[in-house]
Amino acid sequence: MQLLITILLDGLTYASYLFIVSVGLTIVFGVLKILNVAHGAFYAWGAYAAAYAITYAADMEYSDWIGFVCIFLAAALVGLVLGMIIERVILRHMYAQDEVLIALATFGIFLILEDVILLVFGVNPYFAYQPMALLGRVPMGGISRDVYSFTLMALACVVAFSCWWGLTKTKWGKLISVVIYDREISQAMGINVSMVYLIVFVIGAGLGALGGAYVAPTLSVAPGFGIDVIVLSFAVVVIGGMGSIPGALIGALMVGILRAVAVHKMPELELFVVFAVMATVLIIRPEGLFAPAKARTI
Amino acid sequence: MLQILRSDKTIRWTLVGFFVLAIAGNFMPAWVQNNLMFGLARGLAVLGLMVLWRTGLISFGHALYFGIGAYAVALVDKHLGVSDIFLRLAFAMGAAAMVGFALGFILRKYRSIFFAMLSLAFSMVLYGILVKVEALGSTDGFSVSATSILGWTPESKYTLFCAIIVACAAAACMVQYYLKTGLGALTTAIRDNELRVEYLGYSVSKAIHFKYIISAGLAGASGAMMAMALGQVDPDSMVNWTVSGELVFITVMAGPGSVIAPFIGGVVFEFLRTYAFELAPHAWQLIVGGTLLAIIFFLPMGLWSLLERIWVRKGSSS
Repeated sequence: MQLLITILLDGLTYASYLFIVSVGLTIVFGVLKILNVAHGAFYAWGAYAAAYAITYAADMEYSDWIGFVCIFLAAALVGLVLGMIIERVILRHMYAQDEVLIALATFGIFLILEDVILLVFGVNPYFAYQPMALLGRVPMGGISRDVYSFTLMALACVVAFSCWWGLTKTKWGKLISVVIYDREISQAMGINVSMVYLIVFVIGAGLGALGGAYVAPTLSVAPGFGIDVIVLSFAVVVIGGMGSIPGALIGALMVGILRAVAVHKMPELELFVVFAVMATVLIIRPEGLFAPAKARTI
Repeated sequence: MLQILRSDKTIRWTLVGFFVLAIAGNFMPAWVQNNLMFGLARGLAVLGLMVLWRTGLISFGHALYFGIGAYAVALVDKHLGVSDIFLRLAFAMGAAAMVGFALGFILRKYRSIFFAMLSLAFSMVLYGILVKVEALGSTDGFSVSATSILGWTPESKYTLFCAIIVACAAAACMVQYYLKTGLGALTTAIRDNELRVEYLGYSVSKAIHFKYIISAGLAGASGAMMAMALGQVDPDSMVNWTVSGELVFITVMAGPGSVIAPFIGGVVFEFLRTYAFELAPHAWQLIVGGTLLAIIFFLPMGLWSLLERIWVRKGSSS
């Protein structure tokens, strides 16, 4: 029983983290039809920016609560600046190209951003534990757990709710759905499609950065931080269906729980299980579990 | 077949080029020789990816076969003590081609981004196993003992260098020959219009499957050569998704123009990386990534198209 609770909580924590990172990826794919490898770099940038700000605030002996402000500010800043630059300067000129070639271009962007991180923040790891230490630990299911991981779950719920609300209840959300449905017609109807693309890309980048920024206090932020995240979030997005937000939620839950089970029961299978599920889903339902049915061209 | 060999200019020039390189290699400093070995070894995998790319498919998972080839060499070395280059290559290519044959049944139904993603998933499955299983070396991998040729163990690396060149030349000629055959000529046709190819009475999925097996075998050979040249295999530099990314990068950089292009691309990539690392140890990825973007933007048909343009201009002016 105790093991079950542990697995469940570990799984949910990991799933929340995966969801926050992957939802940005899936939104960008849904609207721009870009498989964004550079998403891992946004994640790493968010983590570095947050860790830098938190350690700076701690050095200045500000209240530790400032750390939480730092996290959100860092994510927003990274999303705005990097997202805007990359969409406007590079991706803008590529939309006519083949999907896979664009993915390769984002791989180039990823490589560049990875190194710019090192040039800006240096090669030494950052330890920004203050926000996590501040919230302390709480006993649950027989062992003590970080309160911080529960706030991560809450954040994931907030993100999920805002995405749903933003897409279905606001004017911009409706515009986005229209653009997803048919880009040309919506342009003909006078919708500023290039603006929609820019906004969606910035939001996606910001969400990736938020994922990185929020987990920064729980890890040591070191070079190569974004490499593993990319394929994991690919797995989540593919399992749920590329472009689908509920899909990202289900995908994150599946991957999170399965990984937690594997870590506790058979640690050798930790990574294997994630990608085995990804491959199985692609074989059985290539569009993903929750993607709407589409006519396929051969 | 001999007719094609005699009449084909590309094959003639490939053989001459590799022969000159093999002789020149003897007079090169060790680091140049090493870089050439790595570049040419990678070129083998890129050659396979080029065949796929000509049909319009880009695989983000060929590190799977690269890794299978490399690990096959390491495992037969560790458990059976096989050090002969021919046996090692046979094991590596056989294992890679067999896995390619099996997975090909699934992958041949997929196109564009789904093909890329499913190949990625398969390669990451292997990565997930290799990283965690102690018996397969875990994250440290294995070392590979020196390579012998028919019982003779050469002292310098030059012999392996020549062996890699022979393998590359053979592969380039075979692929060139294959692209001239009926099945090979379907490559571009499939990219342009699958439906018409079907109407003409050919099976698109069979053609793609066959090309997939070729590319898997070549990637296996490439991984095996890399393992022998490095003397070491490990999951992060052999099977991780970044390796697949590099291979695709070289493919796009080299361009689909010719069977020689992959080898030029591989060598250019190796030197680019070495020099970038030398110039800016913390910014070499920046240089490599920038090059990738520049090529996609300004040279969509790759370095080969640049060579071709120079060639044509020379031809017209003289």
